[in-house]
Amino acid sequence: MTEEKRVRRLLQGNEAIVYGALAARCRFFAGYPITPASEIAEQLSVRLPAVNGTFIQMEDEIASIGAVIGASLAGVKAMTATSGPGFSLMQENLGFACAAEVPCVIVNVMRGGPSTGLPTSPAQGDVQMARWGTHGDHPIIVLAVSSVLDSFTITVKAFNLSERYRVPVLVLSDEVVAHTRESVELPLNSEVKVVDRIAPGMPPDWYKPYQEDARGVPPMAAFGDGYRHHVTGLVHDQDGFPTQNPQEVEKFHHRLSMKITKGLDDIQLTRKFYMEDAEFFVIAYGSVARSALRAVEEARRAGIRAGLVQLITLFPFPRRTLIPYLQQCHSVLVPELNLGQISREVQRINQGLCTVVKQNRVDGKLITPQEIYSRLVKLSAGPAG
Amino acid sequence: MPPSIQALTHIYFRHNKKFPHVWCPGCGNGIVMGALLRAITRLELEKDEVVLASGIGCSGRMPTYLDFNTLHTTHGRALTFATGIKLANPALNVVAIMGDGDATAIGGNHLIHAARRNLNLTAIIINNSIYGMTGGQYSPTTPFGSTTTTSVYGHIEHAFSIAELAVTAGASFVARSTVYHAALADQLIEQAMVKPGFAVVEIISNCHVQYGRRNQIGNAIDMLNLFKEQAVTVKKAATMDSEELREKITIGVLADRDLPISTNEYKRIREQARADQGKKSI
Ligand code: SF4
Repeated sequence: MTEEKRVRRLLQGNEAIVYGALAARCRFFAGYPITPASEIAEQLSVRLPAVNGTFIQMEDEIASIGAVIGASLAGVKAMTATSGPGFSLMQENLGFACAAEVPCVIVNVMRGGPSTGLPTSPAQGDVQMARWGTHGDHPIIVLAVSSVLDSFTITVKAFNLSERYRVPVLVLSDEVVAHTRESVELPLNSEVKVVDRIAPGMPPDWYKPYQEDARGVPPMAAFGDGYRHHVTGLVHDQDGFPTQNPQEVEKFHHRLSMKITKGLDDIQLTRKFYMEDAEFFVIAYGSVARSALRAVEEARRAGIRAGLVQLITLFPFPRRTLIPYLQQCHSVLVPELNLGQISREVQRINQGLCTVVKQNRVDGKLITPQEIYSRLVKLSAGPAG
Repeated sequence: MPPSIQALTHIYFRHNKKFPHVWCPGCGNGIVMGALLRAITRLELEKDEVVLASGIGCSGRMPTYLDFNTLHTTHGRALTFATGIKLANPALNVVAIMGDGDATAIGGNHLIHAARRNLNLTAIIINNSIYGMTGGQYSPTTPFGSTTTTSVYGHIEHAFSIAELAVTAGASFVARSTVYHAALADQLIEQAMVKPGFAVVEIISNCHVQYGRRNQIGNAIDMLNLFKEQAVTVKKAATMDSEELREKITIGVLADRDLPISTNEYKRIREQARADQGKKSI
């Protein structure tokens, strides 16, 4: 075999997600066609069989995520990709994956909503739905990508977190990131850090599939591995059997939420730009974060002490990272392609520390660097400005 | 001599599971569970190579009690999970267990597409013509005119014939039994599990608690006796006209055909893809 060399490629965001998934050793995809996510399915239909993986186009998105969960239970890393309308259909089985702790990755290339909405325009309208779309209290991790390179690295990260915490991880892209082509040099698969779920080491008779331990994430046996066990979406005890015993029910909820809390340092990803001496700052994610960075750089050139915190992890919301900056700054601007879905999180944690200013756009167009820059100029006059 | 049902319970029941089960005394679900265990015993399958995936409803609880790889999915979705499991590990024997509302109302789309797709899966559909667990509402197989908790004035819709639906949708193997014909049921399940391709076994069952009682059919025994009277073999049915067959239940094998199986076809795709990628060297 010839030695692999890094190559520079001109890729779309959706293609980079495919490369990321394969690098993370995803070997199963089930999906249903939808704009603007379809390229992910198309490319995986070509590439997965070549690496002994499996692609299947199902009859709808409900079936797609069902098949993904089934494949993961049989020990294969699995994903699906969709957009808002399909994501709505997936909520039922997404809850199953949360309750039964089945690792899987779901990409939502966001488009304008609600309903069929604006199929070919970017939006960030599914942010709160990603956190709370499926019913009941549940653990979940939501990541956002802002560039083609991100689409690769964050997809790898999504699989790794999913495997480590046995939780579905949602990757939010948007129509702009998905379809923009950028020249990127991707790491070789051999250079990518890949995390696999922990398999049980004890004899099968001793295996309790949902046993509480220090990590809060029980080892996961695949169907067929000799560790016969029961998997259900009902609230279950440590053997996986349905229970209504209040103590066991409480324990179930507590562990599901604690396993994420225990991992916050590992899970909550942000990028900080010019924050050391910032007097006020921007919180942004997805394609808007790129406009925000341009605007902040422009502001710095004009002598304005603005900063930017780009959120990669939207949920669990990175409260501990943001609080010191909310204390440091007199105001924070939150530009979003929705009517204020992350700004409400910022307000929730802010508790009067500084002034939270929203900047929203829902007309199917991007928020430009100029638009953000002009808000920064205004804000530089102080919180009342 | 085949093992007694008591011996089977010792072999296959989960002894760490908190019994009792949730089913009403006399429910046909138990007969279907027995038939499934007898079929698995005869096939000499290892417990580790069997996956049972169910949906939601009284039938959905069956896998919980049995010592295999078991999965209790969401309502109507058992076949979608089963599809993923089978594709990920084709060596596993995957059996989906569903009820009539489960398989043909909320999961109807998955059933017809699973039949069309023709993966090597077995689907057992327990048809008792009612939603039992939720209190006796009408299902897609509730007969016209029946009384249920949501059709107290008499049901005004028409029932699906599940097995015929599966035949039309393209399943490789389709059969029907009733819980009265328990020996036939295990034979058919055995045949279905052996058959390469998507195999459906519909088993007409008694929900005397929610259906029998409300429709003046009586208790579990009365319902089983009714199934005995209503049953006609496929062979006999072929000689009868539709009017004569109106109140009858056709039992036996309705379809048995050899079609390409998608997991086998996919092997070919993998080879092709590997060859193509080798050429492109990307
Ligand atoms: S309600 Fe009907 S189907 Fe459910 S366990 Fe009772 S008899 Fe069986």
